[in-house]
Amino acid sequence: MGLFDYGNNVMSKAVIEFHNVVKSFGDQRVLDGVNVSFEIGKTTVIAGGSGQGKSVTLKLILGLLQPDSGQIIIAGQDITKLKRRHLNDVRKNFGVLFQGAALLDSMSVYENLALPLKERTAYKSADIDQRVHEMLAQFNLGGHGDKFPAQLSGGMKKRVGLARALMLQPEIMLFDEPTTGLDPHITLEIYRLFYKTQKQYGYTSIIVSHDIPKVFNLADRVILLTNGKMATFSSPEEIPESDDPDVISFAVETMGHIYSSRDMEQKI
Amino acid sequence: MFSFIARIGDSFLYMIRDQGRMGIFLLSALRGIFARPFRFREVVRQIRIIGADSVWVIFFTALFTGMVLGLQGYYTLRKFGSEGLLGSAVALSLIRELGPVLTALMVIGRAGSAMCAEIGIMRNSEQLDALECMAVDPFRYLITPKFLATIISIPILTQFFNIIGIVGGYIAGVILLGVNPGAFHSGIEQSVVNLDINLGIVKSFVFALLVVWICTGKGYFVNILRNAGFGAEGVSRATTNAVVVSSISVLIWDYLITAIML
Repeated sequence: MGLFDYGNNVMSKAVIEFHNVVKSFGDQRVLDGVNVSFEIGKTTVIAGGSGQGKSVTLKLILGLLQPDSGQIIIAGQDITKLKRRHLNDVRKNFGVLFQGAALLDSMSVYENLALPLKERTAYKSADIDQRVHEMLAQFNLGGHGDKFPAQLSGGMKKRVGLARALMLQPEIMLFDEPTTGLDPHITLEIYRLFYKTQKQYGYTSIIVSHDIPKVFNLADRVILLTNGKMATFSSPEEIPESDDPDVISFAVETMGHIYSSRDMEQKI
Repeated sequence: MFSFIARIGDSFLYMIRDQGRMGIFLLSALRGIFARPFRFREVVRQIRIIGADSVWVIFFTALFTGMVLGLQGYYTLRKFGSEGLLGSAVALSLIRELGPVLTALMVIGRAGSAMCAEIGIMRNSEQLDALECMAVDPFRYLITPKFLATIISIPILTQFFNIIGIVGGYIAGVILLGVNPGAFHSGIEQSVVNLDINLGIVKSFVFALLVVWICTGKGYFVNILRNAGFGAEGVSRATTNAVVVSSISVLIWDYLITAIML
């Protein structure tokens, strides 16, 4: 039974909850008393302008940053109070695809994929070898196992990063700007891989992205970050219906060519 | 006026926080030594990078340092008709002071700067975050093997430095300037005592700890160092900072250990 198994009533449960979370950097308050929850089995897209705290939200979930105040509850535990050892127990349920893939650049692709298995399982070398080759084949990386990250294209790095994140079949996947810096063709390929792997592994996903409106095609829910506050929408179509001027302004700037209704422009 | 006081207070608080961070960093790295499984292969790999790959640098530094000591010592001692004491002067200078200090400084320049840059780049490219997210402890995986390798390598390199330095002194003093070889040897035998050897060994262990602590710590905290900047410039400044701070720390502790033990 996984950390996030709640029995039969799984779909209604929140896996991650923010209670009144505040995070500042110097004088800038990035998150200002945020209350939000992420539900199991859903794909939540976190959108917002640059510097609004999207990646900070992911780092708070992973315990890489500490909030100034507030609680972050993951599977019933407030991770802001956990010691490193217990935090690692929570992290074992996460897979992360970083913006730059964050592959260990002194290791080959093969070694990068084998790392989570070597460090976190008791698999024998032969089993690790088999699993790594399976993943290399699945992510169309066959023949690239001996290459180093510096020898890979941006799209290939993202594929290796995704494969590494999925090596231990995590229950939650976090994607930090998964398509930034990629051309439209590779972006589409990454989205296809997302669809395929989510279907295969059934993970809950949280995606931070600038790629609006394309990334909304993946979303079950959208969280919009503006001025340190989060607004939750059960679908992207709900965004232009908001009464919040910041949200409407964001919608016109980023989704205007889709939702350019006279009503919305009148709201501004 | 108030802003001036606020700046002083801010700097003081930053210094306290920095010392606290570095203290916790040291404890975390040392605690990693006792964590299982022991990363034997990684420690051996780091000994090769930090220790074995520094052998030639140490060899040439030691040889010419010893030769210069032989040369300078000869001309100074000749004024007093005491050329026979050259072996003693060369050996004591090397074993007590120059061996440990110059070895540490050479390792800072060759391996310490590289350690800081490597870890700093890993921090900036989120590789350290990736390790943490995979529930792999960066200390046990990355930092502790460097600690162990440096603490093993520097004392061995120091003894190597001393031997090559004495050979250098012999070449300059005996072979090139004609000092009596028997006097050179007996000078060393009669003047070097256990305290001198122990002093050198204690210094080499302390310097090793200082070097690896400061160099890895500056890299690890590259993203929160004050005035370090970001990206490549941040790593570059952190590396410079690591070399300067660790070199000065070695010299300060050299004085302190000498004052305490003599």
